[in-house]
Amino acid sequence: MPTLALSKAITAGLRKAMEDDDKVVLIGEDIGKLGGVFRVTEGLQKDFGQRRVIDAPLAESGIVGTSIGMAIRGYRPVIEIQFDAFIYPAYDQIVTQLAKLHNRTRGHESLPVVIRVPYGGGIGSPEHHSESPEAVFAHHAGLRIISPSTPHDAYWMIQEAIDSPDPVMFFEPKRRYWLRGEVDTDNRGPGPHTAQVVTEGTDVTLVAYGPLMPTAADVVAAAADEGTSVELIDLRSLNPIDFDTIEASVKKTGRLVVTHEAPVFLGLGAEIAARITERSFYHLEAPVLRVGGFHTPYPGSKLEHHYLPDLDRILDGVDRVLAY
Amino acid sequence: MTSNIAQASDSRTSSEPRMIQMLTPDGERISSGEYDAFAAELDDEDLRGFYKDMVLVRRVDAEGNALQRQGQLGLWAPLLGQEAAQIGMGRALRPQDFVFPTYREHGVAWCRGVAPETLLGLFRGQNHGGWDPQEHNFHTYTIVIGSQTLHATGYAMGVGLDGEVGTGDPARDTATVACFGDGATSQGDVSEALTFAGAFNAPVLFFCQNNQWAISEPTSVQTRVPLFMRGQGFGVPGVRVDGNDIIAMYAVARASLDSVRAGHGPMLIEAFTYRMGAHTTADDPTKYRDAATTEAWAAKDPITRLRAHLESLGTPEEFFVEVDAEADALAARIRENCISMAEPDPAEIFAYAYREPHSLVEEERAEYLDYLASFEDSTEGAR
Repeated sequence: MPTLALSKAITAGLRKAMEDDDKVVLIGEDIGKLGGVFRVTEGLQKDFGQRRVIDAPLAESGIVGTSIGMAIRGYRPVIEIQFDAFIYPAYDQIVTQLAKLHNRTRGHESLPVVIRVPYGGGIGSPEHHSESPEAVFAHHAGLRIISPSTPHDAYWMIQEAIDSPDPVMFFEPKRRYWLRGEVDTDNRGPGPHTAQVVTEGTDVTLVAYGPLMPTAADVVAAAADEGTSVELIDLRSLNPIDFDTIEASVKKTGRLVVTHEAPVFLGLGAEIAARITERSFYHLEAPVLRVGGFHTPYPGSKLEHHYLPDLDRILDGVDRVLAY
Repeated sequence: MTSNIAQASDSRTSSEPRMIQMLTPDGERISSGEYDAFAAELDDEDLRGFYKDMVLVRRVDAEGNALQRQGQLGLWAPLLGQEAAQIGMGRALRPQDFVFPTYREHGVAWCRGVAPETLLGLFRGQNHGGWDPQEHNFHTYTIVIGSQTLHATGYAMGVGLDGEVGTGDPARDTATVACFGDGATSQGDVSEALTFAGAFNAPVLFFCQNNQWAISEPTSVQTRVPLFMRGQGFGVPGVRVDGNDIIAMYAVARASLDSVRAGHGPMLIEAFTYRMGAHTTADDPTKYRDAATTEAWAAKDPITRLRAHLESLGTPEEFFVEVDAEADALAARIRENCISMAEPDPAEIFAYAYREPHSLVEEERAEYLDYLASFEDSTEGAR
């Protein structure tokens, strides 16, 4: 069982998908010789050629729009968006075209396009390099959105994204690209749209995903030191959301904290809070609490540690939900 | 000094650019240089076919307007005046070519075998289109201006990856056509499509129907240079053709498609035409343009001029009578088929959101259908 960095697990998954299906093509900015700014596609152009690993003009709408056309022709394009907030020029093509063409053609057309988005903060970057726009896209029907938090999931979930006949946005936790872990290349996980209980607990349910999973694991350990048993769930899929797994956990613990780097306001936590309240009203001992980013532009990197949920802020949320 | 330099390089002050024309507004057949060879293959039978196509799609268009006025359609986007541009392009295509239309391509749709009723269904609100693009090699209507030019370019890039270009085999070499209008040329997506097409030498033909109006805005609001020149900076050569002249339109389309299929790179055609009707049935052109201009363009009508030419060739009167009768029958058929369309099933809303099962959509579908069913139960109970 190899141990890989999360970024290299994605590389391995991409390589496997390209070996399995010669209709899989990669397109993005600087993904060829350079291997992408995070080196996720490193070595792939050398091995698969310029026709299958395509360095694109610097135009995100053009990248997504031409990928739609390639998919109509029978290809399975995998797009790399260089950084999260560079995706907005492509927003129209993603939400008005990619997400809707299956419906517009009444099922005649499938758009197996994958959009890889390195997202989240914590890497000391300038503006537009640290955002978490997943909820913006989760709001649109027609897209599937998944985000791995471990190298094993990264390896399998990128392949599952490419296999999907629906468009998939694959949000990569960029500050965890160097996180190393075992990848079982023989046994896949539970499927891309299933949440996973990572740690069982009895007092509070904590839901996180992507870049905050290691932080959340620290919370579980720290809470245990204080005598609190936290059940940790890795959401994995952001559209659809596996509410069943969260509901089952909350019916056991009676308390729920949701954390993400994205702004709390109208974020995934809001939707989870509403749904879980509907489903588990009589089991809840406290309101669902959310810990996340502020309703402000993402700050300069000297301030981002205030903006990003960390061990203490999430622990504070756990304490508050227990105090009701 | 600076202003003189600007004036000298201002293309708006230059003389009118060359426009390919083979049939004058009076129906006189004229020569047009290098494109004559591509029109030479047309015999009288072909020209009569063009005439019939144009009369029939004009009738479909008239029926679309009427059905909207009678409340049978929510909206209609008329093609009146653009019949030659669309039929000329449509009839120059080979079966394997692929077209990415706007929402006004009823003439091209006709040539690709999409039933007019299907278009009426879209404007009636039965669904958003729903034909199989692969069956017709004609993609869905695209309402957001210019988006489809990128899809066409990407499709053409795929054609290039498949190696179905420049083989010399007329049954294999494939052109992709990106339809758009004068207004769309201002969209960033169109510039990006030209960028990608140039950079990847994509076998795509940019087909701009300059009908002079983007709803209420004249072409001068969109551009300082003639639109056929728009591609030059991207490495996409362009030609302006009289869009109301079906012979020139066909010849230029044939020549350009041949070049694209041969792998000589993307090209752009500006079909110079006029939107004789409203932008859509929701529009009122009397608020922004004068009748004199429209009347001047009426004198350049594509059907009138081809009829004059056909008559000069000795086409018997019965032919024109038969075409009119066929148009009457078509109008009656599509009208009946439109009015009798069944109310769509509410489950349609949920049916095609995703290809594979999606837990939220399934949950919402079940809840809503249960909600609807609860009314059926109460009605039955009341009986």
